[in-house]
Amino acid sequence: MSMFAIFGVSGSAISSQSQRLNVVASNLANADAVAGPDGQAYKARQVLFQTVPMGGPGNAGVKVQDIQESDAPGRRVHNPSHPSADAEGYVTHSNVNPVEEMVNMMSASRSYQNNVEVMNTAKSLLLKTLQMGQ
Amino acid sequence: MLEQMTAGLNFQSNALLLRSQRQQVIASNIANADTPGFVARDFDFAAALRNASGLQDPSGLPSAPDRTHAQHLRLGSTDPRSPDMAYTVQTQPSQDGNSVDLDRERANFVDNSIRYESTLRFINGHVKTMLSAITGQ
Repeated sequence: MSMFAIFGVSGSAISSQSQRLNVVASNLANADAVAGPDGQAYKARQVLFQTVPMGGPGNAGVKVQDIQESDAPGRRVHNPSHPSADAEGYVTHSNVNPVEEMVNMMSASRSYQNNVEVMNTAKSLLLKTLQMGQ
Repeated sequence: MLEQMTAGLNFQSNALLLRSQRQQVIASNIANADTPGFVARDFDFAAALRNASGLQDPSGLPSAPDRTHAQHLRLGSTDPRSPDMAYTVQTQPSQDGNSVDLDRERANFVDNSIRYESTLRFINGHVKTMLSAITGQ
């Protein structure tokens, strides 16, 4: 039965989307992090999706090809009394944009739900196919 | 005699097979809704079913151009069970080159699953009819 491939396709999409959700969670958790001892603040991460051909024509799954760090400059706040302040009195925070991350999170969770629904529909169709002729 | 009884069943099984293939293609489109550069795919169900069951196009035109020489390459797929895949047209162009329209794909997915289920019911009805004919009740 060729429809079993749907579980592979949608399953790969679900795992990719959950990885995206994980990356968003670590970005949001580090949104206010300041530069560590090495002087480097946390850099926002972004997953990069890639299509994976799966067997027959038109069957295409997804995988996370790479996780890239953003090159945007970190947020600098003037706060001379902060222990991590540099010589000019600036503290470098991470370059995470919380608004962008929230939008990313909503998009990821919607895509996740879509793929779960696809799997549920495929499952109920296959169960009905099993009862064919009874 | 027996062939006449199962001819309808053959047609429905072709339809069921193509419906399950289309379901798979649409599931792939939904899975790749966030992949940069992915181009959504689909196929013409009516043409594929005509091709699989060896029927003529109602317009009288051949679905593929006639070959004038035996060694000419045939356009499209040679296997009647694997339909010619096409690319969907972008409705709302996006910066990353992804052409999946999620609303359209979801509508297609629901439409296709209902049609799959109705094909299943036609097959079940056919089987029931034949069974009652066999038992002579």
